[in-house]
Amino acid sequence: MTTMTTTTFPTTTGAPPAILAPERPAGAVATAAAIAGRTIRKFVRTPQLLVVNTISGAMFLLIFRYVFGGAIDTGPLPYVDFLVPGYVVTSILFAGSTAASGIAEDIEKGFTDRLRSLPVPRTALLTGRVLAESAVLTFGLAVTTLIGLLVGFRIHGDVVDALAAFVLCAVFGFAFMWVFAVLGLVARTAQAAQGMSLLIFPLTFVSSAMVPVDSMPGWLQPVADNQPITAMTNAVRSLALGDPSLAGLSQSTTHWVLLSLAWSAALVLAFAPVAVRRFHRP
Amino acid sequence: MTDATPLVEAHGLTKRFGDVEALAGLDLVAHGGQVVAILGPNGAGKTTFVRSLATLIRPDSGTLRVHGIDAARHPERVRQVIGLAGQYAAVEESMTGRENLAMVARLFGLGRRQAAANARAVLDQMGLTEAGDRLVRTYSGGMRRRLDLGASLVGAPRLLLLDEPTTGLDPRSRNELWDAIRRLVAAGTDVLLTTQYLDEADQLARHIVIVDRGRVIAEGTPAELKSRAGRDVVEVHAHRREDLPRLAAALAPLGAEAPRVDLPTGRVTVPVDEGRAAIAAAVRALDETDIDVDDIGLRRPTLDEVFLALTGAPAGESDDPGDHTHHAPAPAGTDHFDPALAS
Repeated sequence: MTTMTTTTFPTTTGAPPAILAPERPAGAVATAAAIAGRTIRKFVRTPQLLVVNTISGAMFLLIFRYVFGGAIDTGPLPYVDFLVPGYVVTSILFAGSTAASGIAEDIEKGFTDRLRSLPVPRTALLTGRVLAESAVLTFGLAVTTLIGLLVGFRIHGDVVDALAAFVLCAVFGFAFMWVFAVLGLVARTAQAAQGMSLLIFPLTFVSSAMVPVDSMPGWLQPVADNQPITAMTNAVRSLALGDPSLAGLSQSTTHWVLLSLAWSAALVLAFAPVAVRRFHRP
Repeated sequence: MTDATPLVEAHGLTKRFGDVEALAGLDLVAHGGQVVAILGPNGAGKTTFVRSLATLIRPDSGTLRVHGIDAARHPERVRQVIGLAGQYAAVEESMTGRENLAMVARLFGLGRRQAAANARAVLDQMGLTEAGDRLVRTYSGGMRRRLDLGASLVGAPRLLLLDEPTTGLDPRSRNELWDAIRRLVAAGTDVLLTTQYLDEADQLARHIVIVDRGRVIAEGTPAELKSRAGRDVVEVHAHRREDLPRLAAALAPLGAEAPRVDLPTGRVTVPVDEGRAAIAAAVRALDETDIDVDDIGLRRPTLDEVFLALTGAPAGESDDPGDHTHHAPAPAGTDHFDPALAS
């Protein structure tokens, strides 16, 4: 039972091409790039993902713009100009929940087991995934912005500020992606991830994204005022409108930008270590 | 390949999941240069053991070495010598077969060019060259499993871990996968696989380890297991199904255990202590009846019967807490034990 055989086996049609072993394990960058390539390809080659997400995103935007919009008082500012910056920010949460489902599905289907059995830095696996999902999300933000422009949204400030607003949205997307990574890793099945994503959605509505916070009952206003979506929305809105007072905000644009960046940093610091730990031993 | 370090060395492995004791002091030493099959019913602890070997979970206690590397202390070094193919085909549907293999090859640490070369070689070895540039979502189940097997070996690991590699495949796909595994072993890769199919272990493995309730209950070559654990068997095929109960009754006195009746094949088997004397006695016993028999013979026990003798339950049945007493064994030579046939 313990003897080694040194039998040579006949080959059928000459020597098959050799499968060579690597000289050293993959580095962090190569690992992240390989795994990001998969997420990007999957997105590009699954047109349903893009079409469904775009249509559902556009649908809600149209409903708020044309159905609820008339009943929401934003003062002299046209509601569409109020709405679109907030809407773009909240679409981060919708895209993020799709990513969480994908991450959970990989656990469910054994794909993550394969990856975790490979001699790779596991943190790089997760980082590559989060970066790729953030890139996909940013593409979605661009589509949403475009739809916003089509339904009448106009920037009031200068173009540089508007571009800065868009870059900020991408940063927020990256920060929230760590939250959704944790969610996907904890949920472990796509269905559970979808269910858990719903828990994050109150953030969308109890915020300044769709309606002015001062139209909410007094007890709810502190909740809305002190959560990340409001800070992010106010930052993006101030930049897009060129003047925070247009959106009924008393603080400066700089205030909102710094506050929203602080929130982003806090989300990454709080959730990235949890995601990494979770990924190391689910 | 001639080092004497065991391929796998496990001592007293335990692992609990809540109330379930998946590994209950598993001990195993297996050497390379052959296929090692971990054979056992559902819930026996096979998958938990493979996941421990693949460093996906940590046993609660005990020691585990892979190629001499302590899996608890140096999991990252274990990962450099293994390739894993789990129970599901872990491949990306939106990529081609070639892209899947190249991606995993990159993750094994190969440069871009060598990754492409290995992917090509693996496609060839798995008989997927023609399908290599098609998206995996167009592949059949058998093709996906072969691609998954290919992905586990595209970095040329020294030990392949295959967890139930053929579960859910049709017989033809299974044969193709078996051939692929045999080619790998011939080329010098060590393979440890789990299976609940007795014939799969018999077909592929030189070292079979039977696991039940988290422990190793027997191990050896197929021949050793058959001679160690099983009695010789007298087997009689009845010409008419309705004679089966009478046939069993006629054969009962000469058996060392109760006769087993297998309705689908019209067959009665009796484990006996003294084969030659028993077959003569069987012929005499049948002479005194008017039962028509097609065939009567003495043979070595099948692995199914070995399994039954060792565990008290047919393969694939220990999940079922019901009766273990009067199941007929699976017909010899069938692919696997099908509980539906037995009840």
